[in-house]
Amino acid sequence: MPTEAIAWTDVTSSPVYLDAATAAPLHPVARQALLAALDDGWADPDRLYSQARRARQLLDAAREATAETLGVRPDELSFTPSGTSAAHTAVLGGLRGRRRVGRVLVHSTIEHSAVLYAAEQHVAGGGTAVEVPVDRLGRLDLDAWSTAVAGDQVASAALIAASHEVGTVQPVEEAAAACADAGVPLYVDAAQMVGRVPVPDGWSVLTASARKWGGPPGVGLLVVRKGTRWESPWPTDERESGRTPGTLNLPAVVAAAASLRAVAADAAAQAARLSPLVDRIRARVAAQVPDVEVVGDPEHRLPHLVTFSCLYVDGEALLHALDRRGFAVSSGSSCTSATLRPSHVLEAMGVLSHGNVRVSLHSGSTEADVERFLAELPEIVAELRQQAGVVGL
Amino acid sequence: MTVREPDGDVPETPAGPSGQRPDEVLDCLGQRCPLPVIALARRLPELPVGAVVRVLADDPAAAVDIPAWCRMRGQEFLGAHPGPAYHVRRAH
Repeated sequence: MPTEAIAWTDVTSSPVYLDAATAAPLHPVARQALLAALDDGWADPDRLYSQARRARQLLDAAREATAETLGVRPDELSFTPSGTSAAHTAVLGGLRGRRRVGRVLVHSTIEHSAVLYAAEQHVAGGGTAVEVPVDRLGRLDLDAWSTAVAGDQVASAALIAASHEVGTVQPVEEAAAACADAGVPLYVDAAQMVGRVPVPDGWSVLTASARKWGGPPGVGLLVVRKGTRWESPWPTDERESGRTPGTLNLPAVVAAAASLRAVAADAAAQAARLSPLVDRIRARVAAQVPDVEVVGDPEHRLPHLVTFSCLYVDGEALLHALDRRGFAVSSGSSCTSATLRPSHVLEAMGVLSHGNVRVSLHSGSTEADVERFLAELPEIVAELRQQAGVVGL
Repeated sequence: MTVREPDGDVPETPAGPSGQRPDEVLDCLGQRCPLPVIALARRLPELPVGAVVRVLADDPAAAVDIPAWCRMRGQEFLGAHPGPAYHVRRAH
């Protein structure tokens, strides 16, 4: 039986939400688990009374289920207050754990901004960061990576498993092999892979974010494999194996774990359903919108994400025009960012950054949603070009 | 690869081959992308083949989008210079 889109009860048929790479709509299983855990999981799991024991049971069960889905040991997994916090902790903890080896961090130019900001803090504190470039499709330069991780005083290396902006899947296993040869632990940001596609092997530290798979916002995952030299960069706190401080939002953690189990069970079927829709978007946008650049690797890519840039079109105007027609998408164009800088990922790839649109699908996305988007986009772009007086340039 | 160290910024892109003086300067300072690219796309075809335009543009996106436009349109990107300025030669 072909896999169907999940029928959402809380989304009306007219708006089309195409920004799952930022946050997927809350999965029905997450909603159920969240409501149940609000009643049952409000107490502090570390206390010694019955309400606390119930909370402890919920937390332990959430950890076991999530660890099983990821194929790791429960004691290797910590829940964090967000995906960003998990990424910061992964980078800074990897550097701290091997500070006697050296103070060099190797990372790609297309990491998530959370990783780049952690790297920036490391550099501001006297450390060094070595950036490894990607090609026009957003693929890591493996030779440069291997040379970089084999350099002197490399403490840690960070690689995004698949680009959150353009969907290109990175050669994680080859990059991990180069790290293993050099004795350098590899941190992999798997935020766009967990719950969607199998995560490649070879890493020592991994992070993910629940809202990317349909869990609630405010839950991150941090996995530190046994034997990895890693030390929490935060002030001492006994929770979560001492890796990340603060009381967890337990109902959200429970909802994250329940929804991850549900989406992982359905992931292969959803990937097989969504990937041809992404192929369709790639082909039709290129064919039907003049002067457009569809970016990212067309083959080694995530099943749910596609990015393109429209020449001479203002990205912010395009997002607003799409929003008026009911389409929710995101953009890497400078005019849409708080910093007014273009996406560092598009910049690193050397592709057009203005007029940029990222479309990312989720288990509730239908073929009809995609068809409506493809039917309306050419006219929207043409109207904006007409208004700007750039037709025929 | 680029190395960032505590006491230094990312090294600047080396200046492109700039033996030829620009035939025209387009002042797009203060303009947001895609306006500098649009100005270049309007003006370059009006100049003779081989002519060089210097585009002054301080929107950081211009550093990405002017070379990308040259690639998409088959025009020759000569390089970035302090200004910030971008030199483009009409190739056809």
